[in-house]
Amino acid sequence: MMTAKKTTPAKKVSAGKIPSTKGGRVWKFGDNIDTDAIIPGRFLTLNNAGELAKHAFEGTRDEFARKVKDGDIVVGEKNFGCGSSREHAPLALIGGGVHVVLAQSFARIFFRNAVNVGVLPIVCHDTDQIDDGAEITLDLKHGYVEVSGKKLAIEPVPPFMQGIIDAGGLVNYAKTLKEVPACTKSRR
Amino acid sequence: MGATIVEKIFSRKCGSDIRAGEVVMTPIDGAMIHDITGPLAIQKFYEMGGKHVFDPRRVIMLFDHQIPADSLEAAKNHVYMRKFAAEQGIHNYDINEGVCHQVVLEKGRAAPGEIVVGADSHTCMYGAVGAFATGIGSTDMGFALKFGSLYFKVPETIRAEVSGKFQRRVGAKDLILAIAADIGADGATYQAIEFTGKTLAKMDMPGRMTCCNMAIEMGAKAGIVPPDKVTWDYMRGRRKMKSFDLASDDDAKFAEKRAYNVADLEPQVAVPHNVDQGVPVSKVAGTHIDQVFIGSCTNGRYEDMAEAAEVLGKKKFDPKVRVLVIPASRDEYLKVLESGLIERFVKAGALVEAPCCGPCMGGSFGLIAPGEVSLSTSNRNFKGRQGSTEGMVYLCSPATAAASAMKGEITDPREV
Repeated sequence: MMTAKKTTPAKKVSAGKIPSTKGGRVWKFGDNIDTDAIIPGRFLTLNNAGELAKHAFEGTRDEFARKVKDGDIVVGEKNFGCGSSREHAPLALIGGGVHVVLAQSFARIFFRNAVNVGVLPIVCHDTDQIDDGAEITLDLKHGYVEVSGKKLAIEPVPPFMQGIIDAGGLVNYAKTLKEVPACTKSRR
Repeated sequence: MGATIVEKIFSRKCGSDIRAGEVVMTPIDGAMIHDITGPLAIQKFYEMGGKHVFDPRRVIMLFDHQIPADSLEAAKNHVYMRKFAAEQGIHNYDINEGVCHQVVLEKGRAAPGEIVVGADSHTCMYGAVGAFATGIGSTDMGFALKFGSLYFKVPETIRAEVSGKFQRRVGAKDLILAIAADIGADGATYQAIEFTGKTLAKMDMPGRMTCCNMAIEMGAKAGIVPPDKVTWDYMRGRRKMKSFDLASDDDAKFAEKRAYNVADLEPQVAVPHNVDQGVPVSKVAGTHIDQVFIGSCTNGRYEDMAEAAEVLGKKKFDPKVRVLVIPASRDEYLKVLESGLIERFVKAGALVEAPCCGPCMGGSFGLIAPGEVSLSTSNRNFKGRQGSTEGMVYLCSPATAAASAMKGEITDPREV
């Protein structure tokens, strides 16, 4: 789990090519938001972020797709993104302008997919203090989010994933590589 | 300090001592793509500048989620993938063989000690033969197709030691639903689950597949059963290889050890809307059902069908229940067919479909309407998983599914 222990972030999180988020709207969800909720199975024939975004949270939260705006932040609690490996889930979010997801913990495949396609998954242990519809500003440099007058600490992403975020996703990262050095270890 | 089976697999692959928590760029032995996640993976492969896949013989391609093409979009995706297979020299099983995970195993495309990735979360099923197998997204798959390697954070291992003899009509599915309820939907995130103990040693390959298949439902990166005689017997005729020893050392460092005894285990049912909501069938017996699905990568093998048929006997399903029976692969379908079970199911009132994922992921056919209840031998009961978000999905074993389909309500298979 990404939330093994509560730590005060010592290192800053760099956002790579992810736009800064200031005054975005919070879309608040609870525990165990699965990828079927984010994008139902019947839309998986679509491979385009914009098209997928039209069906994000369909049946779970119908107004999301209509009202989501660039810079909004999706906030969950525990185990966000559990279930299927469908990358259509983070794509459906980014297609609607959501570049950041905040949660107390993330399911493993979603976390990795999000980083790979350029959605920043950020662990914040205090998302229970964040209300739906609130205005939220993310300060990656100093490691907190500011919402309803409160500053809540966020965790740094694992160092080996920071390189992918800095490149703006795995595709750009991969373009810089001619071959990969097999069996090399990275910083954790 | 000894090593876990997962640490050993990574260490063997790289020829150096690798431990849980390390992040390693690791060569892979196989990569599986299907009709849902494949098109995006291929697109990413090209975007990364990919020209030739790392080794076409190690890429497994097939279509199973939306077959025969159920929409124009699905048909186009299939054509796109066929073109890629032809261009790259990849053998494409196309729509002919069945559900990806079943096909990978029965064709011997995953083996003990191998590292296999699949663009599908239930790829963890290949742990049944002692492989380290994990589900990845399409962009990671694009990377894997291009480079033949992928970053892995080597997981810690939870050891689940299972003892005791199952009661009649209680089995692997009931066990894994009980384990999921115990560990929780996120209780094994970023970890592997090793299934061991006397009960596992006696369990047949289909049961082991059911257990490993659902490791992801606890957030696990992999599920694995150490290879033994059952494993090597299964591999014979599927892959030319010599058997070798591969198991966790007794002094390996485990994240935790959990013990389970199945002697008193009742049939389990996972109630809506999470897989970790497993309860004994007695708690929900009498619940009205509209549709029953017996199939999927979790429970679509001959043994599962035989388990359902044994409960059914010569009786009929309740005509008010829609019963869908879908063997997981062509091989399994033939076994079910040749043993006369298909005739039995059809005469009892079921619809028997050709091998595919069916209603499991609510993308193709067999969807449920608002207010309807599905009882399913598949692996997920998330809200909306099989159609309407106002529908309800319960998960159970083939025996419980058959008994319930006969009575028109959730029923303890031991009481039929």
